[in-house]
Amino acid sequence: MPEAFIYDAVRTPRGRGKPDGALHEVSSLALATTALEALKSRSNLDSGVVDDVILGCVDAVGEAGGDIARAAAINADYGTSVPGIQINRFCASGLDAINMAAGQIMAGQHDLVVGGGVESMSRVGIGAAGGAWPMDPDIALKSYFMPQGVSADLIATKYGFSRDEVDAYAVESQKRAKAAWDDGRFKDSIVPVKDINGITILDRDEHMRPETTMQSLGALKASFVQMGEMGGFDAVAIQAHPEVEEINHVHHAGNSSGIVDGAAAVLLGTREAGDRIGRKPRARIRAFANIGSDPALMLTGPVDVTKKVLKRAGMEIGDLDLIEINEAFASVVLRFQQAFDLDLAKVNVNGGAIAMGHPLGATGAMITGTVLDELERSGKSTALITLCIGAGMGTATIIERV
Amino acid sequence: MSETNFRTETDADGIVLVTWDMPSRSMNVLTAEAITELGEILDRTTADEAVKGVVVTSGKNAFSGGADLTMLEGIGKLARQEAVKSGAEAAAKLVFDESRKLSQLYRRIETCGKPWAVAVNGVCLGGAFELALACHYRVASDDPKTRLGLPEVKVGLFPGAGGTQRIARMMPASDALQMLLKGDQLRTDRAKAMRLIDEVVPRDQMVEAAKTWIRNGGSAVKPWDQDGFKLPGGPVWSKGGFMTWPAANAIYRRETFGNYPGARAILKVVFEGLQLPMDRALTVESRYFAHILQSKEAAAMIRSLFVSMQELGKGARRPKDVPPSSIKKVGVVGAGFMGAGIAYVSALAGLEVVLVDRDQAAADKGKEHSHKLMTGQIMKGRAKTADRDALLARIEATPDYQKLGDCDLVIEAVFEDPKVKAEVIGKVEAVIDKDVIFGSNTSTLPISGLAASSERADQFIGIHFFSPVEKMLLVEIILGKETGDKALAVAMDYVRAIKKTPIVVNDTRGFYANRCVGAYLLEGHLMLDEGVPPAMIENTAKMAGMPVGPLSLTDEVAVDLALKILKAAEAQAGPDAINERQKELLVTLVEKEGRLGRKNGKGFYDYPEGGKKKLWPGLKDLQPVSRDADSIDVAELKHRFLATQALEAVRTVAEGVVTDVREADVGAIIGFGFAPFTGGPLSWIDGMGTKAFLALVKELEAKHGPRFAAPKLLEEMAAKDETFYGRFPPEAREKEAA
Repeated sequence: MPEAFIYDAVRTPRGRGKPDGALHEVSSLALATTALEALKSRSNLDSGVVDDVILGCVDAVGEAGGDIARAAAINADYGTSVPGIQINRFCASGLDAINMAAGQIMAGQHDLVVGGGVESMSRVGIGAAGGAWPMDPDIALKSYFMPQGVSADLIATKYGFSRDEVDAYAVESQKRAKAAWDDGRFKDSIVPVKDINGITILDRDEHMRPETTMQSLGALKASFVQMGEMGGFDAVAIQAHPEVEEINHVHHAGNSSGIVDGAAAVLLGTREAGDRIGRKPRARIRAFANIGSDPALMLTGPVDVTKKVLKRAGMEIGDLDLIEINEAFASVVLRFQQAFDLDLAKVNVNGGAIAMGHPLGATGAMITGTVLDELERSGKSTALITLCIGAGMGTATIIERV
Repeated sequence: MSETNFRTETDADGIVLVTWDMPSRSMNVLTAEAITELGEILDRTTADEAVKGVVVTSGKNAFSGGADLTMLEGIGKLARQEAVKSGAEAAAKLVFDESRKLSQLYRRIETCGKPWAVAVNGVCLGGAFELALACHYRVASDDPKTRLGLPEVKVGLFPGAGGTQRIARMMPASDALQMLLKGDQLRTDRAKAMRLIDEVVPRDQMVEAAKTWIRNGGSAVKPWDQDGFKLPGGPVWSKGGFMTWPAANAIYRRETFGNYPGARAILKVVFEGLQLPMDRALTVESRYFAHILQSKEAAAMIRSLFVSMQELGKGARRPKDVPPSSIKKVGVVGAGFMGAGIAYVSALAGLEVVLVDRDQAAADKGKEHSHKLMTGQIMKGRAKTADRDALLARIEATPDYQKLGDCDLVIEAVFEDPKVKAEVIGKVEAVIDKDVIFGSNTSTLPISGLAASSERADQFIGIHFFSPVEKMLLVEIILGKETGDKALAVAMDYVRAIKKTPIVVNDTRGFYANRCVGAYLLEGHLMLDEGVPPAMIENTAKMAGMPVGPLSLTDEVAVDLALKILKAAEAQAGPDAINERQKELLVTLVEKEGRLGRKNGKGFYDYPEGGKKKLWPGLKDLQPVSRDADSIDVAELKHRFLATQALEAVRTVAEGVVTDVREADVGAIIGFGFAPFTGGPLSWIDGMGTKAFLALVKELEAKHGPRFAAPKLLEEMAAKDETFYGRFPPEAREKEAA
């Protein structure tokens, strides 16, 4: 079986996902094109050499609809022979794009594939694509649908994380993100977004609030109280986990992932394909896995999928040097840490989505690049990337430097 | 052309007045025959060019209560025959075809091209209100008794003759769902505000108002049959839809715990239907209606909550050869919480009441209770000050037993002590007429024992109310060994007069309801002892269908009272009669922790002043072990709650305490809220089959001990695969309509 290697990884900075965010004037197509163009120019991708472009995009409607990946591949001048496919597994789409690319390579059917993702949350809007899951009584009831924030609060309640604990984690994420930026740890992978004149629109993650303290977070009201009580979702949570007497609502904008715009792309290929384009492999895909998990808790999939991927790789949790788990909500990371009894010193060492934001379809590809940079910087070898997913799923990938 | 159920007359303007007036019935109902006849009228008036329009009204005091539920049951019977003959799919098709006929008729009325108006007086419910909705114009009488609504959900069904689709096209989906899921009966002012009716006029003008609308060129095309129709709340797939559906689904679960397929079908048919043109939407509604019609929940709810409840309410168990008693004046001895409540409900029903207690102050305090309750009604706009004054004028509070002299019935509600009761019985019998019936509202003392203090044991009977009296619909009538037919008849007439539902049980400790409730509480207490998280006990009980968790219910009853009853049972029947673990738990709570329940602000729960009650964190320390919630089988906890009560119900049947299966079921639902969707404990067993129930309790017995041991009766029935309603068929039903 051929091995799949990572040759390069790029990402745009993340713009605040609101009309006053820097990237609000930049279309989904332009964001994806920026990432693909950077990959092309950095890796001397001759026209037509790429077998496929797989991009995650969660709300693939309107400007992001109708296969944004093919549109972006053409727009980035990958050549008419390079196809594209847009995929959606909610928040893990960007990592699933990488895994699917790796799978095609390992299966011997493709030699060089781009995996990545794009999301303009300010322009398309979260939930714009609709879907049966929250709406159709059949699936909404069967899957104990509730807004993700209520599920995150259920996790905090069930596993005993207090408001102080989730806030403390958020403060730490901000601190780590600032330190990483100040230390230039992202500089090799960030591609500034420029206008048609070459003028930079954004070259730094815009969502960060490094001044965040326990006091400033303490002033924020929990976001999902009304939804839980008036909307009936607390009752849904309790009927799914009846040992809980009432939901302790602890999450708010400051300890949840930020809504942002951005795109990312990762170049994967066989060793021979790397030779052809003159790139040395940076890491190989050791294993990947997907899993379904309790849909009511919804966001504990990383625990289940990590067990699965470790088993597939024949590894123990202690074999991992670094872990990148998407900071969808603080309780997601804390539950993951609790389940594996982890030292936070090797988890999300350069901050995460609480500080820098979570552009849904792109995040998986972004944090793969982030942790690869960190492995190289710190001279370490092995990392796990995992994300929680709507409707109760988990995706995970283990990469290993070569 | 037969005109048996409807009369038609055509006026000079070519408007046909269709008067619905079924012979030998007090209320119009939609029977198969009536539906066919209405269809013929539709065909005739549509074909006749001289006819300009049609007005439908009723020749009775009410419009109609809706469809004949026994007709719906008949469809089920047909389907079972078809299944044997032609297989499952053919049977399903038959039910679908038959059960949508009314819906199809209404759609034909709606699209016949001629304006149909309806003039409604009195109740107009269910299928009858769906007829009104299918018409193009609705006039209602301003008679205060006029009520419109779709109560189908309350008997496990949903409006299956276009009601869900028309309502959801006449108001935003969120409002429509609320109306359909609650099944409330609306007064005309609300119905008008919701635009469910177009005009409210005096009764003698409603037909003319309907005709005027036709003469003035009223349109025979519904908005949803016109191009460019827009749903009032916007499409399903819109911002408005997204504001509606996720929350609607969650609130359905919050309110029903997912136990009511009829309610769930309402969500589904509105969701699907609003994405379709009307005719296809009605087809989808019919598919779900056929499905729900065959659900065991609907069958059980129709039987217990509609048919049996009506039969028992009418006094099905009353001795027929005793002439009706006319009770005008009731004596109530003991003006405590129960006595005061009995006085209130009696006076509310228009009876004169003599309320006696040891001194004037105590008697007055009991009467004050009525003042308080009526004031509450006034505050809610449900009564006027004059009503309160009139009610209070009917209650005479006094310490003087002589005043009981001219009462037609006396009920005692004094302290639960045989000596105190004996003294009261003697004092009362000294002043009342020889043929006056004496009722005892005891909840714990055997009636035959108390009757020993009476000079007239044949006139002595138990009339057991539940607390709070003004809210609880059930009354247990307890027959002592010597209680005579007249006592039973008078007690039943009285219970009927105060608009409650009686069940008749034979004398035993705890009678019927409290035995089942006791088993329920015990199960909750033992789960706590096993290490089940307290919230999980409470939540799974509610998920099983119970209205209140067992720990919360213990607090309401009072923990010390529960302990007292347990100790009394132990003293009388020996240590084997009680559960030692339960006793230890209650002793710890009461004697070590001073936790007596809601009454002293601390029991299984804490009751912070002005705040929400919360489970007492110290419960954890009373648990010898605490189990991991994820390792506990929720389905088993739910089964334990229902099975322990159902087993107790079976025991009361086996012991001859309960002699009518309807009473076991209805009594359990209205007496202590036994999961209504099951139709009651015996219907629950019948629903799964006695074989399956026996297997369930055997499994529970193996895991949890002899309290789940099956009585011999159950073993016998399971061996023959008998049902309770099959083995103990209630008296032939009187046919009535929904």
